[in-house]
Amino acid sequence: MRASRSGNIWQHVDWTTIGLFLLLVFFGWLNIYGASYTFDQTSIFDFSNRAGKQFVWILGSIVMGIILLLIDYKTYDVLAYIAYGAMLLLLLATPFLAHDIKGSMSWISLGPVNLQPAEFAKCVVALAVAKYMGRYEYKLRTWRDLIVPFALIGVPALIIMVLQKETGSALVFAAFLLVFYRQGMSGYVLWTGVAAVALFIISIRWGATALPLGSGSVGMLTCMLLLTVVEIFFICKEHQMRWQPLILVGSVIVIYAICLLINIWVTVPFNWVSIGVVVALMCYTIFVSLYWRKYMLLLVAAFSFFCIGYTQACDFVFQKVLQPHQRIRIEVLLGMKEDPAGAGYNVNQARIAIGSGRFFGKGYLNGTQTKLQFVPEQDTDFIFCTVGEEWGFVGSIGVLLVYLWFILRLIEIAERQRSLFTQIYAYAVASIFLFHLMINVGMVLGLLPVIGIPLPFFSYGGSSLWGFTLLLFILLRLDAARMEQLR
Amino acid sequence: MINDLYYKRRYVISGIAVVIVLVYIIRLFYLQIIDQSTKDQADNNALVKQTIYPSRGLIYDRNGELLVFNQPIYEVTMVMRDMKADWDTVAFCRCLKISRKEFDERIAEIKDRRKNRGYSRWTPQVFMSQLKKEDVATLQEKLFLFPGIHIQKRTLRDYTYKAAAHVLGSVGEVNQNDIDHDDYYARGDYSGRDGLERTYERELRGEKGVEVLMRDSRGRMQGSYQNGALDRTAKAGTDLYTTLDIRLQLLAEELLAGKIGSAVAIEPKTGEILALVSNPSWNPKVLVGKERSKNYNVLLHDKTKPLMNRATQAMYPPGSTFKTVQSLVCLEQGAITPNTLYPCSGPGSTPIKCTHHHGSPVALDRAIEQSCNPYFWCAFRDLLQMDGYGKDNEDFRHRYELWREAVMSFGLGQRFTDSDLNEQSAGSIPSTRLFDKFYGKTGWKAITIRSLSIGQGEILVTPLQLANQAATIANEGYYISPHLNKNDSMLTHRHELAIKKQHFEVVKEGMHRVMIYGTGRHYAIDSLHMAGKTGTAQNPHGRDHAIFIGFAPVEDPQIAVAVVVENAGFGATWACPVATMMIEQYLTGEVKRRDLRKRIGEAVLNESVKKW
Repeated sequence: MRASRSGNIWQHVDWTTIGLFLLLVFFGWLNIYGASYTFDQTSIFDFSNRAGKQFVWILGSIVMGIILLLIDYKTYDVLAYIAYGAMLLLLLATPFLAHDIKGSMSWISLGPVNLQPAEFAKCVVALAVAKYMGRYEYKLRTWRDLIVPFALIGVPALIIMVLQKETGSALVFAAFLLVFYRQGMSGYVLWTGVAAVALFIISIRWGATALPLGSGSVGMLTCMLLLTVVEIFFICKEHQMRWQPLILVGSVIVIYAICLLINIWVTVPFNWVSIGVVVALMCYTIFVSLYWRKYMLLLVAAFSFFCIGYTQACDFVFQKVLQPHQRIRIEVLLGMKEDPAGAGYNVNQARIAIGSGRFFGKGYLNGTQTKLQFVPEQDTDFIFCTVGEEWGFVGSIGVLLVYLWFILRLIEIAERQRSLFTQIYAYAVASIFLFHLMINVGMVLGLLPVIGIPLPFFSYGGSSLWGFTLLLFILLRLDAARMEQLR
Repeated sequence: MINDLYYKRRYVISGIAVVIVLVYIIRLFYLQIIDQSTKDQADNNALVKQTIYPSRGLIYDRNGELLVFNQPIYEVTMVMRDMKADWDTVAFCRCLKISRKEFDERIAEIKDRRKNRGYSRWTPQVFMSQLKKEDVATLQEKLFLFPGIHIQKRTLRDYTYKAAAHVLGSVGEVNQNDIDHDDYYARGDYSGRDGLERTYERELRGEKGVEVLMRDSRGRMQGSYQNGALDRTAKAGTDLYTTLDIRLQLLAEELLAGKIGSAVAIEPKTGEILALVSNPSWNPKVLVGKERSKNYNVLLHDKTKPLMNRATQAMYPPGSTFKTVQSLVCLEQGAITPNTLYPCSGPGSTPIKCTHHHGSPVALDRAIEQSCNPYFWCAFRDLLQMDGYGKDNEDFRHRYELWREAVMSFGLGQRFTDSDLNEQSAGSIPSTRLFDKFYGKTGWKAITIRSLSIGQGEILVTPLQLANQAATIANEGYYISPHLNKNDSMLTHRHELAIKKQHFEVVKEGMHRVMIYGTGRHYAIDSLHMAGKTGTAQNPHGRDHAIFIGFAPVEDPQIAVAVVVENAGFGATWACPVATMMIEQYLTGEVKRRDLRKRIGEAVLNESVKKW
């Protein structure tokens, strides 16, 4: 069924989003000029410098946007799988065609310009996932329908991470979790993610810190106590009895109190005590779930079991699996190491640059840290420093709020779709932008480890700008056609 | 959407976005508003404050002759933080012609916070200082090879004449104490350490300037910050015009060579010091630059104590020169009149005897002329006993106190507090309390302190005070504290004496007669109308000190002089010729008595006086 209210595409396109897009791109361009500004600088249009080049990329992206809007919306649906297949081949071929740029094998030279296929993969993967999950008969709760989208995402992510050595670009695909969540994936999956990060941080940061009493580490005890709390919470939630919470909490407290008492005479290994408590609760959970047929509790037991293993493995993963440069970035972030000249240099210089901007900033093109190149990568991944230094607190929150508006606008667009394909795609777009914003700004502000991914529309670079343009304008084209279809 | 079970999850997802942005805003608030450290760190990163040193003020003599000026000197500074791992130490050492060992030692010294409290990796630290242009030329060419190394131009003092070392003083590196007490100074700065350089440090040093430069992440200078809005130009020091007459100074130094002693010449009407010589002295050029500390040590350990400014710091009994003051005080306080006669010998004058034969009894003018010891003892005794001794010796002690006050009004026994001479000794005119302590209140009589009458005993004065005493007599009753800065501000500081003018006429006549008939007659030049008084001060250190005070011309004195030659014997033999030649030089512009000049100048009375 189709309503033939085709009309003019320009009447239906979402001009608010286009306005925000242009605002961000233009402001980003100004800041690239500021970041690459040195003393013998000529003009913002001088094509030998980065601002001049970015101007060309911006013109290109606007032309690209117009073309994308002019293409028939059905094309994107039709081409989704084909484009996905082609992209996989391109990603596989990239490491063989690429030059090694700072250890990364993700750049293909096309004459004078270098392109990074990974930037375009996000869009293609989003389309394919949207197409698969948008099928009429799709049910998220069957194994097959769960595994295929994960595979659609996981394969390119693995190629990018392993073959192209671009961990940051690969991590972006984690943003799809939000898409699944919106389509009905259990919220516990997100919580599991949060738990995994929390347990990882606690066991790395405090894993070697000895307890003031007895033997054992602060990190391990904290992790196990958290698990204990989670287990008790779920037992009580699933199996409601009046006195049970009190009994469970009471017994745990009594056990620890006895241990503290014994500790006066004998050193108590609190690591093992806490693991013992968790295991005991786990056994009780299994018993309860089987006895009362609350099979959901089996998942909790499995979760606990997995978490015990996970906390034991964290250290191993951290020491052996992570690359040394990744490890030190995390250590610096968690304050375990000071390395202002090495791994901590970027972060420290970024902090100085942003902090010295104070409330109103030093003024456009007046940032000393920026102009004197104290912050490495300041026109690409660390572009937000320039904003912080030259535009101050006011400018920085201004930029953040425009991004927030932009992302909320994308969510609104997603919610007004009649086509599931478009809605899923729209959420993918919103999630990818949100993920980029969170990782990039978090890194610059020293809240997250250094992961090299660009700030959309701000960071210098044709591939990323065009990748994001592609992502956004396909959505705008699909959105403009929302009235043309009914489900 | 129809039948959308999870519709509400849009709020969760939107909420996640809002929370993330909120957390980042809080973080930004912390970094940009609360955390104050980043501003300084950013400035430390990017801004280099380069000090511009002002040129120190020049020093001239009273006739506008340049005495002290500046020569350029270079120092090598380093910013530790900019010295990267690939820094070629060997090449650097070769440029400066130092060994690797010296380099390491110096670096260790810089980094030692006990010795170098202001050490910072970010600021320039002085690595080597006081280098000549030739020394840094090689380094200058290769400077680009050594990031963090800078060459800083400074100035050192230089001197036109090898003279007036004590007066001019010297310039040296500031110590921690100076830095703590004056914010102006930083480690490695120079300041006047003594003499005029120290007294007029604030005027001479000028004001340091600063240039704020920007430095990029690789330590390369990128021009001035905010187009130099924060820069300050250096203000050159003010030039100092002194009261010295360098010709007179040079002559006096020449005449005192090979002797230990001092000479001070003052323009009586103004208190301006025309010459101030202390021998042994040194060539001021040796206390400059790299050689300074080595030479300073040699001077410090020299047994003849050249560093002491004898002209202002050494204290001697004034001997017979004191008889002029004695006469004036006795006249003013009514113990004698110009016509009072005292015999030279006999029971009245016991126990003081005359050293030579002359007519007796004598009146005051002839007593001065002949330097008659018994005369002044009698006058002093009569003065102190004018009111008798009184109960508990009170009347006598009161008289003594009046006498002491009158003597001190000549500027004796105290520092010239309104003078710009830093290094002064007070000398001493003994107080009643001192004698009370020695002998008890009733235990001392005129006879006990008879030595004071002829300037011996407990009385001690400095050559500067002696010259001032001569100037006071020349002025007939006032003096202006001797000073070295030739501006007229001191003219208002007139010290008036409570002694009538007519008394001075008698004493001046006596002093004039000394130069015609008395002890000074051999060295007088009749045309110059000199007045003077010789002194021969007994002292516990060996032969008598030769002392002379005088002024000329008698009618309108232009110059007052005091000369002391230690352990030389009679004042007439050694001090008098020096003084009269100085007067001759000053009043006529030359010394006609070439033979005398040669004889006195070349005479070596003390073998250990070193010539620099």
